Amino acid sequence: MEIALLRRESEFEWHIPQTESMKVPGIIYATKELVSEMDTKVVEQMTNVAMLPGIQKASFAMPDAHWGYGFPIGGVAAFDPEEEGVVSAGGVGFDVSCGVRTLLTGVTAAEIESVKEPLADALYETIPAGVGSTGRLHLNAEEMDAMLTGGAKWAVDQGYGLLEDLERIEEQGQMREAKPGEVSEQAKKRQRDEVGTLGSGNHYLEVQRVDRIYEAEVAAAFGLSEGNAVLSIHCGSRGLGHQIGTDFLKRMVIAAPSYGITLPDRELACAPIRSDLGQSYLGAMRAAINCALANREVITHLAREAFARILPNADLKLIYDVSHNTCKVEEHALNGEKRSLFVHRKGATRAFGPGHPELPAPLAQIGQPVLIGGTMGTASYILVGTVTGEARSFSSSCHGAGRRMSRHQATKLWKGRAVIDDLAGKGILIRSPSSRGVAEEAPGAYKDVSVVVDAAEKAGLSKKVARVTPMICIKG
Amino acid sequence: MLLADNQWEHFAHEADMGVRGFGMTMEEAFIQAARALTAVITDPEKVAANEAVSISCEAPDAELLFVDWLNAVIYEMAIRNMLFSQFETTIVDLSLNGQAWGEKVDISRHHPAVEIKGATYTALRIVQQENGIWMAQCVVDV
Repeated sequence: MEIALLRRESEFEWHIPQTESMKVPGIIYATKELVSEMDTKVVEQMTNVAMLPGIQKASFAMPDAHWGYGFPIGGVAAFDPEEEGVVSAGGVGFDVSCGVRTLLTGVTAAEIESVKEPLADALYETIPAGVGSTGRLHLNAEEMDAMLTGGAKWAVDQGYGLLEDLERIEEQGQMREAKPGEVSEQAKKRQRDEVGTLGSGNHYLEVQRVDRIYEAEVAAAFGLSEGNAVLSIHCGSRGLGHQIGTDFLKRMVIAAPSYGITLPDRELACAPIRSDLGQSYLGAMRAAINCALANREVITHLAREAFARILPNADLKLIYDVSHNTCKVEEHALNGEKRSLFVHRKGATRAFGPGHPELPAPLAQIGQPVLIGGTMGTASYILVGTVTGEARSFSSSCHGAGRRMSRHQATKLWKGRAVIDDLAGKGILIRSPSSRGVAEEAPGAYKDVSVVVDAAEKAGLSKKVARVTPMICIKG
Repeated sequence: MLLADNQWEHFAHEADMGVRGFGMTMEEAFIQAARALTAVITDPEKVAANEAVSISCEAPDAELLFVDWLNAVIYEMAIRNMLFSQFETTIVDLSLNGQAWGEKVDISRHHPAVEIKGATYTALRIVQQENGIWMAQCVVDV
């Protein structure tokens, strides 16, 4: 990207100056190196987002921003319904509420090492992953609607998960005002056999070693200490979420002119929040959020079963569950007054700072855990939300490393078998049904997540708490 | 002018995959793009054309119809746990009726690499090139 396109406001803040067609400026939080590496399309997409009705303050991009669909991945934009603000299916994407949860395991990395192979096998056998895999639960119409309304709480009520998990999930595990009636039959059909499945692509389940602590007090509050083992799960709303994205993108693209909206990019398909279509989408999207939360809760239950067989003294406790692709209604201060805004985070993570009323009691004075996935060969990070993040980015932070090359290129450079053997040589066990899938997810295909996380910290969006490194990785 | 059988290709997109089909007609370009879609998951040559599934869709313009077509194929793959290698389409007044032939996913034979979430409007283009050949493309989210 041509740096000259941007105006540097501070070391880590870059502005796209507001032109006539934009309603707000663009703001990128990143180091000079990260910005230089970003595709120029990021600026184009941020500019397009800045043109949408009712957008507030700025069209934001996180340090890991890259070319996406309509919104850049790593894009954040908030809209006010009182100013004809819109909700965008493109601004949420196909994998609604894709996210990460991390659990303490109650055992050390050394204990995991002693049973690594059987644990990897047990997790691989227990958790359905990859194309064509089906879940343990097959929901009828009534159960499907209950799941779409109840989310992780529904899963716990069905015996999949623990009650204490719920307060450690955004929305306490249940997204309110979900409307299963707005979800198409096709979306429900796609989900019928997929509850409790991992999916494929960049989705994974990883057993990780806590190998470095940056903030001792916060780490202690999260239950983290060096040498312990944690479990992370990265997946989303599966076929249901994907179909909702497909269904509403089409409806919004076709309806946009009737609302007087000219879409600079069809992928920015949107509708006024207060319109019937906008409300219909919000109801369906919230149902999809519940689907993702339920999914991760069921997978957690399955992981607990696998651990119990191999390490009976393991005790998996949820630290937190964050979502990346959502539109949430949140109170934010703008020009001295509190406003209710619809905040889109596309490949970006909510990062509430200490004191935020949404946080559960044990984390109220600490801040929200922010879970950043790296690659299966390097590291992932646990961060904490900051107070400064509120004014900077509506309390948003990055979500992952971001790719630095296409899947196609990755398969030219690496073969799955070689990647698996290479990582095994480093003590990392990979289990996956797809050799090509592993090649596409090779560590070298991704940017350096530590650079992204450092930039997020320096920009005041979130602070590093701990680094974790992979020991076992199950991918679809 | 004769076209080779495999008139599809992939093109690069950051995190996902672009699919592109060429044909003497727009319908044929749609068909080849659907083969490119299958090739994101597995080698289409390895997919036997045993079972037929009917597909129909309509849209206000050709580009949206193309995305609808691919999304309909993605939907059928998802709910039937199938892969498709042969296709047929007839398009009249932006209304498409077609068939897809394929078989159930067999992990040991197909080694499916990745699941496709949906066809997007990114890099969406349908054009009849100067040499008369039709081209249809878009990016699919994996």
